[in-house]
Amino acid sequence: MQELLQYLFSGVTSGAIYAVIALGFTMLYNATELINFAQGELVMLGALTLVSLWAGLQLPLPAAFVLAVAAVCGVGLLLELLALRNVRKPHPILLVLITVGASIFLRGVAMVIWGKDAHGVPPFSDHPPLEVGGATLLPQSLWILGIVLLIVLSLQFFYKRTLTGKAMQATAINRRGAWLLGIPAERMVLLAFAISAAMGAVGGVIIAPITMCSYDMGTLLGLKGFCAAMLGGLGSSWGAVLGGLLLGVLEALGVGFISSSLKDAIAFLLLLLILYVRPSGIFGSGAVHRF
Amino acid sequence: MRGMGRALMKMTMTGLLIAGLCIPAVAAEEAYKVGGIFSVTGPASFLGDPEKRSLEMVVDAINEAGGIDGRPVEAVIYDSEGDPGKARLAVGKLISKDRVLAVIGPSRTPTTLAVIPLAEQGQVPLVSCAAGIQITQPVKPWVFKTAQSDVLAVAAIYDYMKKHGVKKVGILTVSNAFGESGKEQLVSQASSFGIEVVQEESFGAKDTDMTPQLTKIRKAEPDAVICWGTNPGPAVVAKNMKQMSMDIPLYQSHGVASPKFVELAGEAAEGIRLPTGKILVAEQLPEDDPQRAVLLDYIKNYEARTSMTVSGFGGYAYDAMHLLAKAMEGSGGDRQKIRDALEAIQGHVGVSGVFNFSPEEHNGLGPEAFVMVEIRDGKWKLLTD
Repeated sequence: MQELLQYLFSGVTSGAIYAVIALGFTMLYNATELINFAQGELVMLGALTLVSLWAGLQLPLPAAFVLAVAAVCGVGLLLELLALRNVRKPHPILLVLITVGASIFLRGVAMVIWGKDAHGVPPFSDHPPLEVGGATLLPQSLWILGIVLLIVLSLQFFYKRTLTGKAMQATAINRRGAWLLGIPAERMVLLAFAISAAMGAVGGVIIAPITMCSYDMGTLLGLKGFCAAMLGGLGSSWGAVLGGLLLGVLEALGVGFISSSLKDAIAFLLLLLILYVRPSGIFGSGAVHRF
Repeated sequence: MRGMGRALMKMTMTGLLIAGLCIPAVAAEEAYKVGGIFSVTGPASFLGDPEKRSLEMVVDAINEAGGIDGRPVEAVIYDSEGDPGKARLAVGKLISKDRVLAVIGPSRTPTTLAVIPLAEQGQVPLVSCAAGIQITQPVKPWVFKTAQSDVLAVAAIYDYMKKHGVKKVGILTVSNAFGESGKEQLVSQASSFGIEVVQEESFGAKDTDMTPQLTKIRKAEPDAVICWGTNPGPAVVAKNMKQMSMDIPLYQSHGVASPKFVELAGEAAEGIRLPTGKILVAEQLPEDDPQRAVLLDYIKNYEARTSMTVSGFGGYAYDAMHLLAKAMEGSGGDRQKIRDALEAIQGHVGVSGVFNFSPEEHNGLGPEAFVMVEIRDGKWKLLTD
């Protein structure tokens, strides 16, 4: 029983990480129908920027948090402005490939700036690990879960209650139609990129204390986050969170009860299964487009 | 008349040009070229970077002392980035384009295994700085290594454990060549020390959470945990164990014998025991230890030259170059002679240990190459009992 609880805690912790990344994917997809495969790298940039600002320059935590998020937000905006906006024939696959190229580019830049070593930061609060039923839970995991919940609630509020949010949804549904109604489509897309980059950055910042930050942490995280987003249903915020948590828990249970070597395989096995059985994911809407 | 003058000018200019091209070639014949291939950047840069600097330091020292048989030594060093494919390409270049007399490196076991066929086919002495036992067992005529084997590391740990009454261990190994080699040794040597391996788990090199594996290990109730890997995985394991309040001792491999591990693991590093070359505790060695003088000298020169703390890994390249220099004396640049001379070296006191080569033994180190240390206050403390 104690082991099961420990696996669950470990799973929920990694699950929250995947959930944050999945939220970034979902959010952008909601606004632009685009999958940004550089999302993992944005998370990595958020984490490494925090390392430089908090551990390196010794800025106070809130300031470092905000600055890191702002910086990565800027990177996301630049990505949209320079790489994606002016594509002559914006076929979805082409845009996705551009984001893949951007992810490789960002990884290279990170390698030059931060080197190939791993870096660590201390946790946000200094509490010792919590003992629950014989299993231990890190206080940082609670921070992560709390912040993820905050993000999801804010997103729901943004979409349902604010005009900008509704305008963004309108742009996603039909860009031309929204433009005809006076919604500045290009600005909406830019805003969507900014928000999803900010979410990626927040994800990076809050997971930095419990993972080893290095220039290549984004690759696997991005892929697993994408799996989580697909699992929960691309386009649904709660789906992203559920998909992430489910993925994390299943991974931990797989390691615990089957074999430790299967850890990464489990995530991708699940992805294959979902794409085969129910491509729209658990909470996703019925219609799924094929390129 | 004029035409003849022009033709004469042309011939003279061509002659001078050819002569001019020959001069650098003649000058290049003078230097002995030694190749180096290290993982200077990449995940194993903690190995390759000190190794490269140590090699350069030794080459400069040799040249300042007049070179080998009066000829200067030139080191041609490439970066494998820890990648076996790139290592192969670089070694191919060293052998065919740069025509080096011998190759020092690579830094890692997977990269070494990838380049061994090139050394054997090209008949070029290869002195590797990697730990894997398969590099020199079975013996290959052209392949040597200066790094202590994981066989000796495991034996050092188990020997210490036996003296301190540890009967059951849980092992946690990284899933790459280094970890697999360690696991093989840990499992096969356990019974000869009266130790039982009660749980075997593995983790990926880039994993950031090992609590599920540690939970399984804890369930099997071992007396100690042995983790076998290189940074950053073992640091995560140390942190996880502290987080889970597992108070049984944690032993690590010599792969974490560097300041980086202490930096990554932070407080969790306290009390961890591991085998390491004597270099990390050189000042704590007894006065009559034959390696003490060599070690202190290396440490002093390395730190003065690079302003960086020394690590055991740079010593592998240091030893390799000194051994090669000994073998190259009187060889006149003949690779076969160098190889034969290398194989005959006995009693060479190096940084990694005392080397005794023979046709059956191309690593040349014995159990005294490792000592057990414990991390206290972020520093390495020699365990003498």
